[in-house]
Amino acid sequence: MSIIIDKETKLVVSGLTGREGSFHGLRNRAYGTHLAAGVTPGKGGQEVEGVPVFDSIREAVEEADANTSMIFVPARFAAPAIDEAIESGVETVIAITEGIPVLDMLSTYWKAKEAGVRLIGPNCPGVLSPGKANVGIIPAQFFDPGTIGVVSKSGTLTYQIGNELKQAGEGNSSIVGIGGDPIIGSDFIDILKLYEADPETELIVMVGEIGGDAEERAAEFIAAEVSKPVVAYIAGFTAPPGKQMGHAGAIISGSSGTAQAKKEALEAKGVRVGESPTETARIAVEVLRG
Amino acid sequence: MSRGIIGCRPRHSGALYLMDLLEYQGKQLFAEHGIAVPSGEVASTVEEAVAAAERIGYPCAIKAQVLIGGRGKAGGIKIAADRAEAEQYAGAILGMDIRGPHGEGPFRVERVWVEGGSDIASEYYASVILDRGEKKLLAMVSAKGGMDIEAVAAEDPGALVKEHIDPTRPFDAAAARPIVDAAGLDEDVRGAAAEVLAKLAETALAEDATLIEVNPLIVTGGREVVALDAKVTIDGNALYRHEGLAELDAESIDDPQEAMAREKGLTYVKLDGNVGILANGAGLCMSTLDVVAQAGGSPANFLDAGGGSKADAIVNALTVIVSDEKVTAILFNIFGGITRCDEIAKGIVEASSQLDLGLPLVVRLDGTNSEEGLAILADAGLANLHQETTMLGAAQKVVELAGGNG
Repeated sequence: MSIIIDKETKLVVSGLTGREGSFHGLRNRAYGTHLAAGVTPGKGGQEVEGVPVFDSIREAVEEADANTSMIFVPARFAAPAIDEAIESGVETVIAITEGIPVLDMLSTYWKAKEAGVRLIGPNCPGVLSPGKANVGIIPAQFFDPGTIGVVSKSGTLTYQIGNELKQAGEGNSSIVGIGGDPIIGSDFIDILKLYEADPETELIVMVGEIGGDAEERAAEFIAAEVSKPVVAYIAGFTAPPGKQMGHAGAIISGSSGTAQAKKEALEAKGVRVGESPTETARIAVEVLRG
Repeated sequence: MSRGIIGCRPRHSGALYLMDLLEYQGKQLFAEHGIAVPSGEVASTVEEAVAAAERIGYPCAIKAQVLIGGRGKAGGIKIAADRAEAEQYAGAILGMDIRGPHGEGPFRVERVWVEGGSDIASEYYASVILDRGEKKLLAMVSAKGGMDIEAVAAEDPGALVKEHIDPTRPFDAAAARPIVDAAGLDEDVRGAAAEVLAKLAETALAEDATLIEVNPLIVTGGREVVALDAKVTIDGNALYRHEGLAELDAESIDDPQEAMAREKGLTYVKLDGNVGILANGAGLCMSTLDVVAQAGGSPANFLDAGGGSKADAIVNALTVIVSDEKVTAILFNIFGGITRCDEIAKGIVEASSQLDLGLPLVVRLDGTNSEEGLAILADAGLANLHQETTMLGAAQKVVELAGGNG
């Protein structure tokens, strides 16, 4: 098993006829992902390396049986593209695009919730289930199949930790980049739930960074709902303290948001937090092997 | 209406790039959205301030324009009764260094806002902020405005009414009314206050503001509801659709390295130390700062070269890093995913030939095409270059080479 994507995934890539979309879409196919279709309005009927292109995601769902959508559309057009995917009938939308205005995501987030569609991202590297499927830009060569589930706000940090796990002889059930934007479709808690229910996952590595209170919320959730061991890493201890304009932010977030507050919240719930990516991988291996 | 000159300043919060507006810039936005504000003028010299005061009449308020709260307590807001006082206060406030309530700053006052004195019957508090935890805008209203609202929230939580705004429905005055009722504002102005709250939310959505705070929101003797202050934060990712705000942003950066980085399209934040840092990806870059600090060093900057960096991006990044004179050694921490290490290596070699680096460079290349990248560096035989294979080893090496704690 794995989570979110696997051998059943039938991928439709918005922007498959574009440079980025074709590069990554075909790279995902080369890894073994079933690339069912591409979408570019006005280019329906064309093919990209044998992959049929449709005018809309809905058509790709109806004609090519697509169940997972990947969004590579530029930031200023991305929210409507995600909305289109949400309404198309796919089960999962993975939005790679970075730089989407945050208030655009307000309505999009709630549309996905209402439609019961799983949205990953935006501003994320995607999802990899080693040996099964890769949707997004995660370099698969640094990850082997295995029993460690990874969920992360950061792409490159995840590659760093994944590679250290691989060198230590361990692999992953799935790697999920949830993105670091203020409003993302799936948070740590959503992914922790999936790993908890996934029989293949024996340990979870969670990679957070400063900002927001998703790590603090995850700490509460882990204590209450997660039976599997969780090892965490938090980046941003030396990041410059962002001064806050006004007081409204302090009222809703309290002291949370700093790396130190996140580390303490996690440790208070029994989660071990590594000092560096290297140490985090070492702790994960140590806990896994008991 | 022109939004005047400079003032706002960029900052980064995780992946979010935020731009704060000065009070008068925020008030100009309010006015454009139909929220009543006192009329006034901005001034950057004592002469301009006095001329403005003469036009506006007395009493008038002379208010320091800085991006931090607590101006009043710091002596940055004065009411002038006549020309002599206007001159005296403008002279005292312009050039003043103001620290924030939590020790932030100092922020030097480079301009003042001169506005007509307001006849204040009551002082309320109103704000609209993005609550990222709940994924909704949050409206807050209190009848206890004009004072430290954090203290009100802590000591008398019932006095601050907090209500999330349903993102799927319009938030008009009728929808805002229950919040105003719950806050117990004077009954005769509740309709007007609800109107203001709805307009604050409208302003947030229309201008891509993640925070709008008004403290105080006053009721005048004539029972008008007026915004006497404005704290506004704009989402930098949305500046492409706000031309006026984007101009303010471009003019606002006073740090030379940050201005250069912005021009070159790099994500750069200047810090106080002497170890220049370049990494790919915001998370890995933050982690690199942490590991350098753990090794006893002091980072000079945050610089995320981004995904898929090509050689010319590396030349640009190094140009910005070495233009900071405090930097005594530089650490490259690259884990190639989409970014290819051979491209990074080519950039390092190219930058070394274009720039007179003269500083030790510690390079850790791992991931995609790392062997090719390492071979390129070895062939170039750069005397000042030190290769390390791990992130921790690289951090220790660069701290040793940087020396001291700039």
